[in-house]
Amino acid sequence: MNLYTEPWWELFGYEFMREALVVGVVVAAMAAVLSCFLILKGWSLMGDAVSHAVLPGIVLASMLGLPLAVGAFVAGLGCAVASGFVKRHSRLKEDTVLGVIFTGMFGLGLVLYSKAPTVLHLDHILFGNILGVSRAQVWQTALIGVGVLSVVLARRRDLLLLCFDERHARALALPATALHYLLLSVLALVIVVSLQAVGLLLVVAMLITPGATARLWTDSFDWMLVVAVVVAVVSSVSGIFISYYVSGSTAACVVLVQAAIFLLSLMGSRWRARRFRGARRVP
Amino acid sequence: MTTSFHHSTGDLRLEVSGLGVVYANGHRALSGASFSLTGGTICGLVGPNGSGKSTLFKSMMGFVRPSAGVVTINGGPVREALKAQVVAYVPQAEEVDWDFPVSVWDVVLMGRYGAMNFLRRARLSDRLAVEESLRRVSLWEFRDRQIGELSGGQKKRVFLARALAQGGRLILLDEPFTGVDVQTEEAIIVLLRELRTSGCIIVVSTHNLGSVPEFCDQAVLLNKTVLACGPTASVFTEQNLTAAFGGVLRHFHFERSTIQSHDGRSVKIMTDDERPLVFGKDGHLEYKDREGRESLIDERRRRETEAER
Repeated sequence: MNLYTEPWWELFGYEFMREALVVGVVVAAMAAVLSCFLILKGWSLMGDAVSHAVLPGIVLASMLGLPLAVGAFVAGLGCAVASGFVKRHSRLKEDTVLGVIFTGMFGLGLVLYSKAPTVLHLDHILFGNILGVSRAQVWQTALIGVGVLSVVLARRRDLLLLCFDERHARALALPATALHYLLLSVLALVIVVSLQAVGLLLVVAMLITPGATARLWTDSFDWMLVVAVVVAVVSSVSGIFISYYVSGSTAACVVLVQAAIFLLSLMGSRWRARRFRGARRVP
Repeated sequence: MTTSFHHSTGDLRLEVSGLGVVYANGHRALSGASFSLTGGTICGLVGPNGSGKSTLFKSMMGFVRPSAGVVTINGGPVREALKAQVVAYVPQAEEVDWDFPVSVWDVVLMGRYGAMNFLRRARLSDRLAVEESLRRVSLWEFRDRQIGELSGGQKKRVFLARALAQGGRLILLDEPFTGVDVQTEEAIIVLLRELRTSGCIIVVSTHNLGSVPEFCDQAVLLNKTVLACGPTASVFTEQNLTAAFGGVLRHFHFERSTIQSHDGRSVKIMTDDERPLVFGKDGHLEYKDREGRESLIDERRRRETEAER
C-alpha cells in the first residue's frame, strides 16, 4: 500500500503539516522581503556568510544550555561585524574578508560539534526539519516574523535609500550606521528563524531568489516586495506538498520550486525584452 | 534653531582649517589643508587622482573623522549642518547603480527624507518641492522613468534635482561634467550660477582643468594638502598647476608652431586628461610629439627664408 496517495487537501488534517505550512509561509515572507534589500545592496554573499557563521554559535549555546537562537544570532552578527572591522583595517575587499571569516567560523562549528557532547542533529541544522517543528517553535517563528516584517516595512524607505546611496543618507543626517546594523540584525534574525525550516545550507536561497525573481518582473520597489513575497509563499507551500508526495527533503523541494519560478521569469523577461525592445530605453 | 540655516540671510560660510585625515588602513590622505569659502560662490576643487579630493568631500559631509584640524559650516560642526539639511551631495555617475528599481520621482523625493517624518510619507509640501525641482532641470516629463532609462545628461540632472529638492545650501558636485554633452554642461552651469546668486556655496570636484576658469569664481588646488586657494585667476597659474600635477600634465608650448612662425606672443595649453587636438591659425594641425615629423619645422624655416629673399 502506498502511503502517499491521499489528495492534497487532506494533508491539512495532519497537525505536523499545518505547523510546517505556517512556519514555511512566515519564513518565506520574511526572507522574501529581506531578499529585495539584500540583492539591491549586493549582500547576497553576506547572507551566505551569516548563515554558515551561526553554526559555532548554535553548538556553543547547546553546550552552555542557552537558547540556540541566541547563540546563532550572536555568532551570525559577529561574523558580519568582524568582517566590516577587518575590511576597514586592511586593503582587502569585503567579499574576500567575508569568505575567510565565515568559512573559518563554519569550520570551528564543525570541530566543536564533533568534539563536544550535544543532543543536536547536525543534519537538522544543515538541512532543516520543518516537518518536526514544535508548537513553541511555531509561536516563536510567527512572533519574530510579525516583528521583522513590521519593522522592515515601516523603515523600508530608509533602508532602500541606504542600499541605493548611503552617502546621501548620511548627508541628510539619517542614522545610516544604525540602519546598516538594523539590516544586519534583521538578516541574522531571519536566518536564525529560517534554520528550522530550510537549514543553514539552503537558507541563502530564500534570501536571494525571491528578490531576484521579483526584480525581473518590475521596476518598482514596492511591487518588487509584493512579487517576492507571493513567489516565496507559493514556492514554500508547493514545495512542502511536493516533498510530502516524493518523500524528498522539504528544504530542497522549496528551493527547487523557487529556482524553477526564477528560470521561468528569466525566460519571460527575455521574451518581453525582445518584444518591446528599445520601447523606452534611451541609448 | 535648525531652521536658522535655511532662512538665514547672512552669508553661508565653509571653513576648513588644518585638516588632516589618516584612514584606518594607515593611508594618509590629507594633511594641514586649510581654506575658507563664503556664499554665494562656485569653487573648483582641482587636483590629480589620489590628491585627496574625495577625502575632502567626505570630511565636509562628516563621513571621516579628521585626525587633525576641523571643518566648520556657518561656524558650527558639520553634524549640525547635516541635521539642518544644509549639505547636498551630487554623486559621480559611476557611483550610482542605474539598474536600481527607483524612478526619477523616487530619487528626487529622497532629497526630502531629512525633512519628512519617521515613516517618510510625502506631504504636499514635499511633492511640490519635488515637482519644482524636476521642472527646474527639465525632467518633469521623465518623472516616471526608471533612472537607467535616461540619457547621460538627464541622469546627471536627476541628482541635481535631488539636491534642489533637499534645499541644500552647500552643494558638493563630484565630477559633474564627465560623460555629459556640451548642452547639458551649459545647462548645469546656468543652474549653478542661479544657485550662487541665491547665496549657495557650490564646490565642484573636477579634473577637467579647462572647465574651471570657465565657470568657477574660486579654485582650491589640492595635492595631499591645499597648495593654493583663492580667485581662479590667481590660483590657475602655470607654476601652481605644475606644482599640483607635477609631470602628470601634458604641456603644449605654442611659441614653437610646427607650421607657422609666431609673432612673439606664446600660448601654452595644459591638460591632465585627454591629449588636446590643437589647430594653428589657419586651421592646420599642430603636433606636440614631432617624432617622424621633424621635417615640418625645417620646411617652415625654408619657406620663411625664401619669403625673406
